[in-house]
Amino acid sequence: MELLISILIGILFAIGTYMMLSRKLLRIIIGSAFMSHGTLLMLMTVGKLKRGAPPIVVNGVENPVYVDPIPQALILTAIVIGFATTAFALVLAYRCYQELGVDDTERMRGNFDEH
Amino acid sequence: MSTNLITLPIIIPMLTAIICMFLHGRDIRLQRVVAGISALVSLGVGVCIFSRVIDGETVLVFTASGWAAPFGIVLAADLLSAIMVTMVSLVSIACLYFSFVSLDRAREENYFYPVWFCIMMGVNGSFVTGDIFNLYVMFEIMLMASYVLCVLGCSHGQLRESFKYLIVNMLSSTIFVIALALLYGMMGTLNMADLSAKIATLEDQSLVTVCAMIFFVVFGLKGAVFPLYFWLPRTYVEPPAPIAAMFGGVLTKVGVYSMIRVFTLIFVGNVAYTHNIILIVAALTMMLGVFGAVSQFNFKRILSIHIISQVGYMIMGLGLYTVWGLAGSILHIVHNMVVKTGLFLFEGATEEITGTGELKNMGGLLSKYPWLGWGFLAAAMSLAGVPPLSGFFSKFVLLRASVEADNYWIMAAALITGFFTLFSMVKIFFYTFWGEPKPLPEKAATINYGKLLPSCFMLVLVSVGLGVASQPVIEIAMRAATQLMNPEIYINAVMAVPGIRG
Repeated sequence: MELLISILIGILFAIGTYMMLSRKLLRIIIGSAFMSHGTLLMLMTVGKLKRGAPPIVVNGVENPVYVDPIPQALILTAIVIGFATTAFALVLAYRCYQELGVDDTERMRGNFDEH
Repeated sequence: MSTNLITLPIIIPMLTAIICMFLHGRDIRLQRVVAGISALVSLGVGVCIFSRVIDGETVLVFTASGWAAPFGIVLAADLLSAIMVTMVSLVSIACLYFSFVSLDRAREENYFYPVWFCIMMGVNGSFVTGDIFNLYVMFEIMLMASYVLCVLGCSHGQLRESFKYLIVNMLSSTIFVIALALLYGMMGTLNMADLSAKIATLEDQSLVTVCAMIFFVVFGLKGAVFPLYFWLPRTYVEPPAPIAAMFGGVLTKVGVYSMIRVFTLIFVGNVAYTHNIILIVAALTMMLGVFGAVSQFNFKRILSIHIISQVGYMIMGLGLYTVWGLAGSILHIVHNMVVKTGLFLFEGATEEITGTGELKNMGGLLSKYPWLGWGFLAAAMSLAGVPPLSGFFSKFVLLRASVEADNYWIMAAALITGFFTLFSMVKIFFYTFWGEPKPLPEKAATINYGKLLPSCFMLVLVSVGLGVASQPVIEIAMRAATQLMNPEIYINAVMAVPGIRG
């Protein structure tokens, strides 16, 4: 199971990298979203995928089997942060398109010695 | 020692941001008053924390909801954190005062103060957190607010550069989470003290070293080290002076602070490898940074490229990994925070008067604006490292550390960088303040430049003070460095706090 998920993570990263290398603003943002999904899956997989009960310790039960709750907490936090950043990036890209009239990073470059 | 005091550097800016948000749309002076009071209170809290940890033995610890480390969320402040929190509040006061008097109304009224205090919350949070995942969260708070400040006003240049800044930082956050995942998968904990204790018992350090280098890339992107500094010069040039000053003075230092924290506390198992890479990167960062600055002819751009070369000095001490080296790094961070912010504010005042940032369009300001000129010269000489200003002593300690470590090539790199820093600072002074007076725009006569100067001079005075009182200042930096070199002080303090243990 870990192997399958690892391959999936690899595919997500490949897609993300490919998209981020393109010039269109929107593709770059989508690429970064793919990458962050890959990272979140990775965070889940490094703690080993296993079946188990909720992480509630009951008095008197010896060696309870439960799922590690920490990766889930971390993933939840990272999802929220990633969501906020992606939302901001989309708004920024839209505003760039409105104000500068381009959605192409090549034409957004600007000259270092101008102004 | 367990205390609630160290939550205040996070809570005060958060509350201020919320209050300022509710004051949106009312008289802007209300927000200014709230912001000013909050900045002063933050400074007071910073000094209070500093005075409690000044002995270099105490580490203040806060455990959320009484869950003991490593189970709960932990905040911890040692001497280095306390120094950083205090200096950031000081710099923030100067920048806020400057934005009261110089920032245009449209920007100021459009949620400037709430966003400002969100940055402060993230910055202070990064300094006091004792948990590496919370470091990530605090970084994100700081970055999210900095994207907004960077683009506030939506000028074309700002939009263009903000997008690049945003993408670079999104990428580095992704790498940060990867590094956290690897670390958690290996060690099963993310509490920094616990990580440090557990990694020290590992026999095979190879995967830890891999992890360390990923962290180096993450913090290197934030702190702008070679070869990851490409985004910085353009981004920091675009926003108005008080914002650029705070970015230049504070944000890169958070990256450097985090680097110092993880490479003295957690990743110390393979020093010969990791810290030598840091040292080489430091040399390249300062040399290439200063050469970039020498070739420029724009006031603000020279200053922002200089940030890079100064970051080189800061991580040079870390690369040497001795008490003297770390003390030099800490001194240089403190000195650079003050002086770099001051220089950016002087630039803001000059640009307000001349209406341009190009050195070739300025000239002869000294006769009309003597205070501005001499004040700038004092700050510039401090950056270049002329005694008795603070820059001299931080570089002196760094050079002494490199001699003690028999590392003469890094010493040569630092000295050459210092020479070129002096050169480019003198270049600014020559073009802007000496020579034939160039015609000023008409609005220059109406500007009361006296009101722009207090915050600049406050920072110059702090720099002079740090230089004149160098004996006790170096003493305190040495204590902080000794504490960093003995991570067991930190580990014991965090682990000793009683609480619920599952």
